[in-house]
Amino acid sequence: MGLDREAVAHIAALARIRLTEAELEPLAAELSQILTWVEQLNEVDTSGAAPMASVAGSGLPMREDLVTDGGCPDAILGNAPRSAASGGGAGFFAVPKVIE
Amino acid sequence: MSGSLTALSLAEARDGLGRREFSARELTESYVSAVEAARPLNAFITETPDHALTMAEAADERRARGMTLPLDGIPIAVKDLYCTKGVLTTAGSHILDGFRPPYESTVTDKLWQAGAVMLGKANLDEFAMGSSNTTSFYGPVENPWRKQAQRHLGDNRPLVPGGSSGGSAAAVAAHAAVAATGTDTGGSIRQPASFCGIVGLKPTYGRCSRWGVVAYASSLDHPGPMTRTVRDAAIMLRAMAGHDPRDSTSAPLPVPDYEAALTGDIRGLRVGVPREYRADGMPGEIEALWRQGIEWLRAAGAEPVEISLPHTKYALAAYYIIAPAEASSNLARYDGVRFGLRVDGANLDEMYELTRAAGFGAEVRRRVLIGTYVLSAGYYDAYYLKAQRVRALVARDFAAAFERVDCILAPTAPSAAFAIGENSDDPIAMYLNDVFTVPANLAGLPAISVPAGLSAEGLPLGLQIIGRAFDEEGVLRAGEVLESAAQFRHQPSFVAERR
Repeated sequence: MGLDREAVAHIAALARIRLTEAELEPLAAELSQILTWVEQLNEVDTSGAAPMASVAGSGLPMREDLVTDGGCPDAILGNAPRSAASGGGAGFFAVPKVIE
Repeated sequence: MSGSLTALSLAEARDGLGRREFSARELTESYVSAVEAARPLNAFITETPDHALTMAEAADERRARGMTLPLDGIPIAVKDLYCTKGVLTTAGSHILDGFRPPYESTVTDKLWQAGAVMLGKANLDEFAMGSSNTTSFYGPVENPWRKQAQRHLGDNRPLVPGGSSGGSAAAVAAHAAVAATGTDTGGSIRQPASFCGIVGLKPTYGRCSRWGVVAYASSLDHPGPMTRTVRDAAIMLRAMAGHDPRDSTSAPLPVPDYEAALTGDIRGLRVGVPREYRADGMPGEIEALWRQGIEWLRAAGAEPVEISLPHTKYALAAYYIIAPAEASSNLARYDGVRFGLRVDGANLDEMYELTRAAGFGAEVRRRVLIGTYVLSAGYYDAYYLKAQRVRALVARDFAAAFERVDCILAPTAPSAAFAIGENSDDPIAMYLNDVFTVPANLAGLPAISVPAGLSAEGLPLGLQIIGRAFDEEGVLRAGEVLESAAQFRHQPSFVAERR
């Protein structure tokens, strides 16, 4: 399957990665090469095989719905590029204005 | 004495500490010097000598009080994919600039609880995506091995250590760490172990907790040890393994004494030799080494059995759909909000896009885009579900084989180490490095790479033993027999204590 510039631009937008115009063409070629290569899987008869998401035993382990961690807002905000303290001391991650 | 301390294996260092021939502080000082001497290899992103000396002194104090721990005073390197509390953790990526985790990964926590000493954080391919350690934001790692002078035919470029755990492998091989942690998603412990002439063990999926290890492809990521000997791998694994309620895929099983499994007795062991691994174009010297490995195991009393793993050919393509798909999801968290790099934009979306464009290198970007595509509406069934079905067939092949055999012997990698820069303009040529290692990741099976011989150019080559799920004991036992037979005593051209 070949991808063109427009398809690559669309995927990059979905992935939230900004690409320059000059990057689209070479990436389209690289990604097309990889997709063409993985299409060899179409040779395999998989009609008897259910999709396998993990080798771990089926079913997730259950536990009591209890708070097991937390109470450390400073540690969590400590790595944020921008944060703001609140009056209550809880604090926030700061991002560009979302609502006008 | 201090000049030779770094030449000791983990078991030898442990026993020397036990006999009070040297202190943990003396051993650690030797390694701190070795880490500095090994800087030309670029094996470490962060060195933590002060940490190391403090931990070593605590180990000496425990020993003086008779409270010695299993790994007390053993200096190790930690792949910089494991979160270490308060210590820079980069995943080899620009996008984690300045990230100091407020928590410790389960596996490193277990190692410190066992008395190990942290020398620093080892370099790696960015987010563990690569087979050459050339995709790190912190620059490539150099393999301590060089082609032998009389054999390199004028080409003596520095070689890759393999990847993605390339810094870990180079540090252990160059005697700049007794042992190291690695992670293996498609071969990232075993292939660099093969390229650097050391032992690398990928345990069973679920054996070592993934909690606190930066995620690449969660259903395929396996933490594990990298060491100079099989015995050392057994000692390390015992400290690293165990159930962890914080990783929902962690297996609630007891951890055996792996060192006790090294009996040297493999009489009657049925060793599978998969005919499909004789891939087209396998170099003659790799095939010859494989045959030699079969003979070594036969001489030790094992019974080689030809087996078939019919879907081997498709494992790699399935991997290069599944791993990028999981990566595109896992790496969505790097958005410039909570940690790491932020590039400001006019609005939130622009901030995300500019941050991720600046923060991800070319290979990571490629995989995130492939993953996004194969998970997107209209392509999910054709690519992602198809790959998961092929994964099921690969796992079924192994299950059928293990009805007839106890373990499988195969080459670790299709070549010896190549030059830095080689294979870098063709992603698929690079991906082919993982052709023999990826199937065990898809099936979650334990596998060990053991140095078994030298290439015509004088570079190390590994053989791997793949075992049944949770039979690390059997894998280690057969691996040690292979190690004893191979008598691999060669040293790389760069060894820290000779600098």
